[in-house]
Amino acid sequence: MKTMATYQERTVARGRAGKRKRPPKDLGWGILFASPVLLGYLIFVVIPIAATLYLSFTSYNVGSSAEWIGFDNYTRLFNGGDPFFFPAVKATIYYVGLSVPLGIILSFFAAILLNQKIAGRAIFRGIFYLPVIIPLAASSMVWLWLLQPDFGIVNYALDSVGLPESRWLGDTSSVIPTLILFSFWTLGNTIVIFLAGLQGIPAHLYEAIEIDGGNAWHKLIYVTIPMSSPIIFFNTVIAFINGFQTFVQPAVMTQGGPNNASLMYVLFLFNEGFKFSRMGSASAISMLLFVIIALFTAVIFIFSRSFVYYEGGNSKK
Amino acid sequence: MRTLSLGKKIAVYALLVAGSIFCLFPIYWMLRTSMINMGDLYQMPPKLLPSNLQLDNYKTALEAYPFGRFFLNSTIITVSAIVGVLLSSSLCAYSFSRIDWPGRDKIFGFILTGLMIPFFVVMIPQFVFWKTLHLTDTFVPLIAPAWFGGGVFNIFLLRQFFFGIPRDLDEAAKVDGAGHFRIYWQIIIPIAKQAMIVVGLLTFLANWNDYLGPLAFITSEENYTLMQGLTLFQGSYSAQWHLMMAATAVIVIPSLVIFLIAQRHFIEGIAMTGVKG
Repeated sequence: MKTMATYQERTVARGRAGKRKRPPKDLGWGILFASPVLLGYLIFVVIPIAATLYLSFTSYNVGSSAEWIGFDNYTRLFNGGDPFFFPAVKATIYYVGLSVPLGIILSFFAAILLNQKIAGRAIFRGIFYLPVIIPLAASSMVWLWLLQPDFGIVNYALDSVGLPESRWLGDTSSVIPTLILFSFWTLGNTIVIFLAGLQGIPAHLYEAIEIDGGNAWHKLIYVTIPMSSPIIFFNTVIAFINGFQTFVQPAVMTQGGPNNASLMYVLFLFNEGFKFSRMGSASAISMLLFVIIALFTAVIFIFSRSFVYYEGGNSKK
Repeated sequence: MRTLSLGKKIAVYALLVAGSIFCLFPIYWMLRTSMINMGDLYQMPPKLLPSNLQLDNYKTALEAYPFGRFFLNSTIITVSAIVGVLLSSSLCAYSFSRIDWPGRDKIFGFILTGLMIPFFVVMIPQFVFWKTLHLTDTFVPLIAPAWFGGGVFNIFLLRQFFFGIPRDLDEAAKVDGAGHFRIYWQIIIPIAKQAMIVVGLLTFLANWNDYLGPLAFITSEENYTLMQGLTLFQGSYSAQWHLMMAATAVIVIPSLVIFLIAQRHFIEGIAMTGVKG
């Protein structure tokens, strides 16, 4: 009992209000039950990140020892010594910069449609979500066939209604727009998260607009969008983070081509490490990605207070 | 909200049907192409509903490479990962929600920062690590992380769910002399069945559909997963789209079947958490 008292005194002294008694023996149980993730986080996250940072300052490649070369890997990227770095950054910014905002607008719009009180709503929701569960490697293959320039159905359909055909993934100028189009096919997760947010908007807010004689546009501008703004923000940041990691589509469909026009950053990273076995340089490329994603993640955590309301609302279901 | 006027209703349906065609047509076209013969492949105009459908392409495609073996490999990896994730993430979630221990929430907050860390950032040291242990080109690198917490996201999801279970149940069990393991196994897990199903389904998708992990860790053909088998197939049959689509359909069908069975769980699961990208 004495130990418990001192423990409580300590917690109070730290300014933390202990709501219930915390017998010290629970520390052992707590650590024991949490040990898988405590160990796993150390082995698969913390140590590897430290190792990536270290390797990024070395000339390590599989088979040779790691020699310290300071910032050489980084300077080589930024002074154009690596011919793929700037094309990869350019392709990624182009892709992410367009696919994220357009994808957010489209999925928000889709969520509003799927939130209407109409018959068959559940079926439509299922259909809009369906593409997400298809393995990306498989759907990339399917889209490759749909967009095949000579025999693909899409060019045939465009041609038959008198629209110009495209080389789609086969041309440096159209490959990124084509990948963006493909990204719209897998918006299901974003749509469902928007939908959950829309369902949490109290009906009386819409009724108030109706009483004031407002129309659907007013409802959208004065209720739906403002009430969804935290989720819009959240989905946008997540979409950026995921967008930076677009790998399967270019790996399966274009291998980064033509002429590196679709060489996404992570494909470039993968090639550097696993195709050219330059692990040191690949680690430097990883660290830059880590910094970018850490910045975006920090934004979420800083603003996460705004999401508390929504999290609470969702978990009640 | 009052119900929509007729005009608006028609507009909503028109847009939803257009969206549905966009979502479904590629899947239909895959299945359709997988069942036509070479001659019909380049037929112009292409028939939307070909008359002479057959399943020969599946036989040809499946015999071209050891797809049975790839299927088995994918199944072993996926099942081992699901079991690992369900056990380890629920144990950890129990610790972070129902055991009171000093520093608990701070440590959870720290682990939560790992939610967004991309596999790409840890991929290279992980490869070096497994290489040193001579475990590359085995399933271990693909399965092991599942048994060590099973992903922060799953713990987060289960933790949220466990918080919603009344604390009185634990207290009553404690009075009856139950320890943490019994409370976890006999009270919390049965109540959390719904959330466990969601975690299991998401784990199935993440592992079955995984492309990057096998590509990084698996090198010999006998250990290939279905996704690797598909790219192998693409290498030799790239112009024979009827065979390509048959091979693709084989890979898609398990995910499709699971989705149709458990559609409700998927969508509720995503909505419940609102995090997964």
